[in-house]
Amino acid sequence: MRGFIAACLLSIPLLAFAQDDLMEMAKDSNEVRVANTSFKGIRIINGHSVEIVGKNNLDFIISHRFDRVNRGFENFYGLDAATNRLALEYGLTNRLMIGIGRSSFEKNYDFFAKAKLLKQTIGANNIPVSLSAFAGYSLRTLKSVPALSGKERSSYTGQLLLARKFSETLSLQLSPTIIYRERPDNFTDSKTVFATGIGGRLKVTKRTSINGEYFYVFPKQIDMGYNNNLSFSYDIETGGHVFQLLFTNSYGMVERQFITETTGTWGDGDVHFGFNISRTFSFNKKIKRE
Amino acid sequence: MKKLILLLFLCCSYSFIYAQNVIYSTNSGKISFFSKAPLEDIDAKNDKLISLLNTANNEIVVKVPVGQFEFRNKLMQEHFNENYMESERYPYATFKGKINEAIDFSKTGTYDVSASGILNIHGVNQKRTLKGKLKVAPNSIILDTNFDVKLEDHKIKIPRLVFNKIAEVISVSTSVNYSPREK
Repeated sequence: MRGFIAACLLSIPLLAFAQDDLMEMAKDSNEVRVANTSFKGIRIINGHSVEIVGKNNLDFIISHRFDRVNRGFENFYGLDAATNRLALEYGLTNRLMIGIGRSSFEKNYDFFAKAKLLKQTIGANNIPVSLSAFAGYSLRTLKSVPALSGKERSSYTGQLLLARKFSETLSLQLSPTIIYRERPDNFTDSKTVFATGIGGRLKVTKRTSINGEYFYVFPKQIDMGYNNNLSFSYDIETGGHVFQLLFTNSYGMVERQFITETTGTWGDGDVHFGFNISRTFSFNKKIKRE
Repeated sequence: MKKLILLLFLCCSYSFIYAQNVIYSTNSGKISFFSKAPLEDIDAKNDKLISLLNTANNEIVVKVPVGQFEFRNKLMQEHFNENYMESERYPYATFKGKINEAIDFSKTGTYDVSASGILNIHGVNQKRTLKGKLKVAPNSIILDTNFDVKLEDHKIKIPRLVFNKIAEVISVSTSVNYSPREK
C-alpha cells in the first residue's frame, strides 16, 4: 500500500506537467501592443494628424490646391490656377519630427516640430489614446503695401492632437489649437485665436480611406467674412507613397491660412480640389540579419 | 508517518527540480526576415519572440508578436501590419511542433535538428518541417533556424497597385537563446 501511495505521489508532478500546454505558457507579461497607425498621413487633410514620421525617415510632400470649382468650365473648374506647398519633413527620433515648407500662396515659409507624447497601447501598459503636440512658426514673405516687418508677418501655432483608433476602420481626432498672429490682416481680429479641429478617417479598403476634417473657430475672434475650414479627402497609399485627393474651402495649407483666414464657403461652391502626395525615404542603416 | 512526510518532501523537491530543468523558455528571441524587392529591399527584425522548449518530450512552441517587427522605413512597417499581416486581427505568428531528433539535453554540443508541426501566420495553418541548429550549453540552449515562407501559403495577398513590389517568398531567420524556465 505504501508503495502505491509513493508511486501516486511521485507521479503527481508528471501529471501536472503533462497538462501544461506549452502554447498556453507562451506569454510575455510585459508585452505591450501598440495600435497601428490611426491615420495614413502626417496630415488628416490640411491639419496635422497625431502621426509622426519615423526615425531617420524623410517625407517629401508636394501639395496642390486648385482654384475654386465654381469658376466654371471656362477655367476648367479651377484647375487652370493652382497653389502649391513643397515640404520636407524629417523624423529625428520615433517620437519627434521637424518640418519645413514653402507655400506659393502668400509666399509663405513654415517651420514646425511635432512630438508624440502618448501612443495608444494595450497589454501591460493600457493607454486608450494617442497624443501629440505641435508647434509651428510661419512667415509670410509676399510684398505688401505698406511694407511690413518680419515680425509683423509672423504667426505661431500650438496644437494638441488627441486621437483614438476605435477600430481598424475608424479613427477620430480632436485638435485644440491656438494661433497667434502678430498682425492680423483685419485689424479688428484678435491676435490670439482659439479653435478646435475635429477629424476622422474611415478605412474603405486596406489601402484607402475617406477622411473628413473641420476646424471650428470659437466665436467673436475673427471677422464674419472668414469661414470655418471643412475638408474631405480620399487617401490612397501605395507602399512608399500616400496620395490624398481632397476637396476643401481653403486655398492655404498653413494653420494661420486655413484656420483663421479661410474665405470660401461650401454652400457657394467655393471649393478647391487639391491633393497631397508624400513620398517617404529612409536613411536608416540596413538592418543586420541575425 | 515520518516516512510519509519525508516522501512528500522528496516529491515536492523532485517536482521543483523537474520543472526547473525540463522546460526552457525565452521572451526575447530574435527573428528577422528579408525580401528582395526591385526598389528597396525589405528587411525587418523583432526581438520579442516568445518560445518554450520541453526537453522531456521535445515539444517546442514559438510565438511571435507580429506588431513588434521593426523596419527601416516606418511606412513599410505600417504596410506590413495593416495590409499584409493584418496584425490587429492576427497579432501572433506561431509554431507548435516537435523536434524530430533524439537529443541528449544533458550534454553540451551542437546538433542539426528539424522540427515538424504547424506554422500559423496570418491566421492560416501550414504543416511544416523546419530545420535548424541546436546548441546545448550549460544552463542554456541556443536554437538557430532559417526557413522560407511563401506568402501565398498563408493567404497574404500582394496587391497589384503597389510601387514596392515584394517577393512572393520571404526568408526568415530566428535566433533563440533559451534559459531554464523559472516558475
